[in-house]
Amino acid sequence: MKKVDIAKKILSENDKHAFENVMFLGQHKKLCLNMISSPGSGKTTILTRTITDLKSKIRVGVIEGDIQTDIDAERISRTKAPVIQINTNGACHLSAVQVSAALKKLPVQDLDLIIIENVGNLVCPSDFDLGEHGKIVVLSAAEGDDKPIKYPGIFAKAKALLINKIDLLEGGLLDFDIERATTDARRLNKDIKIFSVSARNGEGMNAWYDWLAESIKAL
Amino acid sequence: MHEAGIAQSLLAIISEEAARQNARPISAKISCGTLSGVNDEALRFAAEAIAKDTPCEGIKLEIEHKPLQAQCRDCNITFDVELSQPRCSACGGENFKLLPDAGLILEEVEFQTD
Ligand SMILES: Nc1nc2c(ncn2[C@@H]2O[C@H](COP(=O)(O)OP(=O)(O)OP(=O)(O)O)[C@@H](O)[C@H]2O)c(=O)[nH]1
Ligand SMILES: [Mg+2]
Ligand SMILES: [Zn+2]
Ligand SMILES: [Zn+2]
Repeated sequence: MKKVDIAKKILSENDKHAFENVMFLGQHKKLCLNMISSPGSGKTTILTRTITDLKSKIRVGVIEGDIQTDIDAERISRTKAPVIQINTNGACHLSAVQVSAALKKLPVQDLDLIIIENVGNLVCPSDFDLGEHGKIVVLSAAEGDDKPIKYPGIFAKAKALLINKIDLLEGGLLDFDIERATTDARRLNKDIKIFSVSARNGEGMNAWYDWLAESIKAL
Repeated sequence: MHEAGIAQSLLAIISEEAARQNARPISAKISCGTLSGVNDEALRFAAEAIAKDTPCEGIKLEIEHKPLQAQCRDCNITFDVELSQPRCSACGGENFKLLPDAGLILEEVEFQTD
């Protein structure tokens, strides 16, 4: 029997491609955000609303990650924003090598911001860096306010948290406590920016838009 | 499944090392940071399936979990974070900074030498 010390990151192959993406984005000086959430929290709806509302100010390109179908890319296309669909064919997260190929297909020079919509999943995507400048986590009110402590990985790593579907809080049908979700997320991540929004009626979206504009400027 | 992707990358590194050593890998020691949320059973199951009919077939995985640590800004100590109730273990305060998670590391591999 022979023991061999390896001491290597298991995801080092992915990290290598993520680093290529970091270099690519650096060369082009473009901000890139990686949007992560459970299925159906409203990522695509947030994106289509954001793209439409910011049309005259920020040019957005999108990379759509889904296990199957190009339904989400179709929805983005209707806004006229450039979009590249990646189908992972079963994998529950995007990997950096897939994003690397997609970035090369986007008209990057003509954009101010690239948003990657990851596969709907609150666990796996947070382990696979894509070379983005920041992760954005979306939590919708219907999922419950205990998600930050139940799925700490993504809340600890994200630059911003969008609490979506706050329009559903009216009328008392949901017991989601924004205060609790916010406090728990901040315990894990003191610097996380938190925006309570409704992608349906537009409430709260302006603060998110301001943050995007500032982040682009700060690059 | 999360663990399938991890198992695939893991076995790729082990296979590469096995080729270099020209020996059959028997077991591997892995450490996992808390935020990776790796489930042992799922990782073993995935690795077993992927290793089938390869030189890694039958490899045993020894999985160690590393706690997430934080440093208190008030008393300056480093402590293991209890995720459901993250507080400084000395002062009970919440003014702390999370330290980088341990991540997923392949520590060592044991090979058969005959
Ligand atoms: N009431 C309400 N519904 C919303 C809001 N945002 C999104 N929805 C609805 O939630 C459903 C899922 O929204 P999507 O935008 O497809 O969610 P997603 O996160 O992109 O979903 P996947 O890509 O499948 O993970 C749709 O029926 C949306 O119309 C919101 O702010 N309020
Ligand atoms: Mg979507
Ligand atoms: Zn998974
Ligand atoms: Zn303390």
